[in-house]
Amino acid sequence: MEKIFQKLSLTSATLVFVLLIGIFLTLYSAAKPAIDEFGFDFITNPDWNKEVVLENLDDEAIIDEDDVAIADEDDAEIADEDDVILDEDEMLLDDEDETATKTIYGGLVPIVGTLLTTLIALAFALPIAMGIAVFLAEIAPKNISYVVGIAIELLAAIPSIIFGMWGLYYFAPIISDLFGGYQVSLLTAGLVLGVMILPFMAAITRDSMNTTPAVLKESAYALGATKFEVIKDIIFPYSKVGIIGSIILALGRALGETMAVAFLIGSVFVLPQKITDPTISIPVAMANNFGEASGLGESALFYLALILFIISFAVISLAKFYFLKKAK
Amino acid sequence: MSVMKIKKFSFTYAGVDHPSLKSITLPIEKNKITALIGPSGCGKSTLLRSMNRIHDLYPGNKYDGKIELLNEETGKFENILEIKKENEFIKLRQKVGMIFQKPTPFPMSIFDNVAYGLRIAGIKNKTELKDRVETALKGSALWKEVHDRLDKSAMGLSGGQQQRLCIARAVAVKPEVLLFDEPTSALDPISTGAIEELIVELKNDVSIAIVTHNMQQASRISDYTAFMYLGDLIEYDKTENIFLNPKEKQTEDYITGRFG
Repeated sequence: MEKIFQKLSLTSATLVFVLLIGIFLTLYSAAKPAIDEFGFDFITNPDWNKEVVLENLDDEAIIDEDDVAIADEDDAEIADEDDVILDEDEMLLDDEDETATKTIYGGLVPIVGTLLTTLIALAFALPIAMGIAVFLAEIAPKNISYVVGIAIELLAAIPSIIFGMWGLYYFAPIISDLFGGYQVSLLTAGLVLGVMILPFMAAITRDSMNTTPAVLKESAYALGATKFEVIKDIIFPYSKVGIIGSIILALGRALGETMAVAFLIGSVFVLPQKITDPTISIPVAMANNFGEASGLGESALFYLALILFIISFAVISLAKFYFLKKAK
Repeated sequence: MSVMKIKKFSFTYAGVDHPSLKSITLPIEKNKITALIGPSGCGKSTLLRSMNRIHDLYPGNKYDGKIELLNEETGKFENILEIKKENEFIKLRQKVGMIFQKPTPFPMSIFDNVAYGLRIAGIKNKTELKDRVETALKGSALWKEVHDRLDKSAMGLSGGQQQRLCIARAVAVKPEVLLFDEPTSALDPISTGAIEELIVELKNDVSIAIVTHNMQQASRISDYTAFMYLGDLIEYDKTENIFLNPKEKQTEDYITGRFG
């Protein structure tokens, strides 16, 4: 009995590693054609699904031609409508090519979009989350702190699609009125993402601040410290590790968020020039393009997925590193 | 001569009907050590924590009577229970320092710990800070052990060293009264001995009130002893009288170990 139990628990534990490695390997093998084709230039190339004329015809190009699923001469039009692309796609298949072309994929736009939305979200959420946490942990009377605490937890429980809808219909117009530019943009997506990660950061930071021993705070007060000084010099340093952890966990969520961002970012493969420009993020690029993608295009999406996987993995590892340091 | 006069002081915690202290009248003598003894729940810590109004960090407590503190400049006694403004609280707590049951080093370096009270009091001059930190650490018999690692985290010190660091931190701001709330209950006998010696030395500069569970400690170091029981002050006298010749039966029962 003892042995069976041991074996069972060992199997379940191993399963985690098998899953992790399995996911990584499948992502890698699916992304392999794109990796072979584009290499690391994929990360710095801003063109997604762009037809380029080949200078000289060789074997490789012929294979590529077969792989071409979606093609378009005018890359500005790609950005506009999926339907248009499909229509022209069909036309193109009827038309026989005169010049040999190949389609190239570059991940720069979604990578930049992902990182910038996350950064905006963090810059927006961090100060507010800290303010909420300080209020809940130190300033508010117990009953108010309790009620606000519940509200924060409810906010965390709202499904992301609701944030997306709300953001698109009610928040985006306000943003474009205030800052100009498009309603759907980097800024709108980043701010709504910020609202979404806010409750996590606030709740974890509050919990972390609440672990500051009362006697430590009393010691500071007993030296003549003001409430502000106690918060600044005692509570923040004491809960630093928890705050960093909350930031990294929030980052993890912001990086992978798909639904809300899909509503708000504009979903165009264009490098944003201003904060109010529309663009696209990695999860949105994947969600929007899987249906139509095949061949190299599909592989390029897997390449994006692999990059997101690695970014998220790095972020979580960093979080673990800090929590381990805390345990010591 | 008294530095503090507690007059008919009663205290009731928030949300409790029963008072924890009932009409306590007690002096704290200047440059003497006054020990507060009694069984758990007798109110001795509550009384101590009223002397710098640290209770007021938590809302809803009720109190009555007076706690008067000598103003060294005017020579007059001022009722600290009338304090309402934050800057007056700060002044009070700079005059009446406190050491807690467990060592409470702040999450910063040894130097910054001792300098903390000085810095928030507005002292920025580096040489002055250095001098006063050194004096405080020497006064707390810690200088020899830490002078070569002042920039290291205070968390790396032993329990006894941490407690002496907390004393140095409290002494650095030059208080008039120091309140000790069972300062050695978390320490081993050797560290306890060092802290006791330190407290006795400190009374040359400050007046001291100490809460202790340890009756030997009270008899070893204190000049006056107050015995409290269930929120009442049963007996207050010179320490030798309390321990050798108590007037009250309850005091005698307690110090001979018959209850408590």
